[in-house]
Amino acid sequence: MSILVGSDTRLLVQGITGREGGFHAQQMQDYGTNVVGGVTPGKGGQMALERPVPVFDTCHQAVAETGANTSVIYVPAAGATDAVLEAVDAGIMIIFCITEHIPALDMLMAVHVVDAAGARLVGPNCPGATTPGQAKVGIIPGDIHRSGQVGLVSRSGTLTYEVVEALTEAGIGQSTCVGIGGDPITGSNFVDILELFAADPQTEAVVLMGEIGGDAEERAAAWIAEHMRDMPVVAFIAGRTAPAGRRMGHAGAIISGKSGTAESKIRALEAAGVRVADTPSQIPRLLTEAGVKSS
Amino acid sequence: MKLQEFHAKHLLAEQGLPVPDFSVAESPDEVASAAAGYLATGAGRVVVKAQVLVGGRGKAGGVKLAASPEEAAEVARQILGMDIKGSTVRRVLVAPAAEIDREYYLSCVLDRTERKVLFMGSAEGGVEIEQVAEASPSAISYIHAHPHLGLLDHQARRLAFALGLGGPHLRDFVSIAKGLYRTMVVNDADLVEVNPLAIVLDHLPDATARESLQCLDAKITIDESALERHPELEMMRDVDEEDPVDVAAREQGLSFIRLEGTIGCMVNGAGLAMATMDLIKRAGGEPANFLDIGGGAKADKVAAAMRLILADPHVRAILVNIFGGIARGDEVAHGLVEARDQQERHVPMVVRIVGTNADLAARILEEAGDPDLQTAETLDEAVERAVAAAHAAMARA
Repeated sequence: MSILVGSDTRLLVQGITGREGGFHAQQMQDYGTNVVGGVTPGKGGQMALERPVPVFDTCHQAVAETGANTSVIYVPAAGATDAVLEAVDAGIMIIFCITEHIPALDMLMAVHVVDAAGARLVGPNCPGATTPGQAKVGIIPGDIHRSGQVGLVSRSGTLTYEVVEALTEAGIGQSTCVGIGGDPITGSNFVDILELFAADPQTEAVVLMGEIGGDAEERAAAWIAEHMRDMPVVAFIAGRTAPAGRRMGHAGAIISGKSGTAESKIRALEAAGVRVADTPSQIPRLLTEAGVKSS
Repeated sequence: MKLQEFHAKHLLAEQGLPVPDFSVAESPDEVASAAAGYLATGAGRVVVKAQVLVGGRGKAGGVKLAASPEEAAEVARQILGMDIKGSTVRRVLVAPAAEIDREYYLSCVLDRTERKVLFMGSAEGGVEIEQVAEASPSAISYIHAHPHLGLLDHQARRLAFALGLGGPHLRDFVSIAKGLYRTMVVNDADLVEVNPLAIVLDHLPDATARESLQCLDAKITIDESALERHPELEMMRDVDEEDPVDVAAREQGLSFIRLEGTIGCMVNGAGLAMATMDLIKRAGGEPANFLDIGGGAKADKVAAAMRLILADPHVRAILVNIFGGIARGDEVAHGLVEARDQQERHVPMVVRIVGTNADLAARILEEAGDPDLQTAETLDEAVERAVAAAHAAMARA
């Protein structure tokens, strides 16, 4: 078992003929992800990738022909929201949006369509998700993983890679690693993913990688306190030294007034029984102390 | 992107909101002539307001009243050129001074948690909403606009009644609140704030007074991610009021924020960049900047990033931390070597490149044979060395 992506993932790549989409579709196929096709309007009928898969003009055709159940979006920002809505309309229930710089109001309107359809959106501006040994969807490098029992959920990209690699080197495998993205408006928040981990029989502990801005970490802490007392959770919060009022790269990473600070998040997480690491390299040790065994 | 008050008022007026007449002036003469116009058409006094993006203009003396064109020119001379929290006043807004009966607060903002547009209103206008939130939180009313239908009439009415505006101003308030939502959506704003929204008295010739709701001050910030489809708003960007370093960084597609420390940082990814800064501080150093070179950074971008870091005279050491994914380690290494060849000022540099093509990167850096450049395997090690290098450089200085 795992969450969101796995051996039963039948993946559609929206924007498969683009530079980013094409490159990462190949990486995903090489990893062993079951890429069943792609969508680029106007390029239907072409084939893509080394082990060729069909390209379709529309998501509806792609779903009808391939039985795709998951989609990943590399479409440029101007068309990415429409790509999300098209995937939903075609009946795809799990959608990853990698694209960054999508206007917040576009996403604000789209997420409610996704919710109403009962579908799940991860991202935008996220690195995707990987279930080691089964499937990777997105842009997370494949070779840093090791299969195991620790679930990881994060708001950042490269910082996630850093921690995954540290876990792998310490012999701690992962069930699924999920990046939820650093934008102000996202399809899934920490709690959405924690719910999935809590219900996943493979996952025995969770690593939560947060950052300054918003109150997603505080809300995650409240949920953990109520629902995950019996599962070890280790967290790291980036941005302890960030100045207030400045956006730290991610559109969502900003301390506004007194809210969104690292201190407030760390306090909330610790109060919920979460072990908070001072550095990414401490995370494997804190997991071990919490009883997680090497896999 | 923050807009100046006069730009914000212009956007509100475009959506049909009641904004009193105003002019923008850059010299005392222009202020005097604008004032003369308003005073000749019935205004008892004019207000001259500094146009800067920082808050607290009133307290700093950047907002003044005048009763004659001469007086207006005089206060303009005081305000123009004034420094308000580091921003030099280059423009003022001139408007007829309103006779205010009551002040309210009204804004809409992106609510990240609910993923909706949140309206906030208060009958305690004219002061910062943060103060109201702290002193009397119950004085603020909140309502979420429908994500697809916008602010509905009944929602706007509820807000009006909560603010005590259920009487003669009800219809105007509903129209203003809905106009705020329109201003937000049409311009991709993430904040539209009117403070104060005021009941203004106009004295009529028959000695009676007419009341109306007017937007007397406005603050709008635009979603940076949406500027590509709003070239007309991009033109409103006030580069004069920005740090030149920020302007240069944006032009290069780099996310850069200058800080006060001595260790320059170059990292790919915002989260990793923040974590790197945190580790520097923890190891006893001070980061000189936040810098995310983004995914897929090519050699020229790396070189531009290096110039930005070195433009800060306080930088004593540089830490490069790259986790290759989309970014390729060899590209970054090439960029670093190129930048080192071009630059005049050499400071010790610690480079840690892992992930995609890290082995090629290591070879490129080794072949460069730069005695001031050391490599590190882990992030902790890289941070430790960079802090040591900065301390050693400061001890020498």
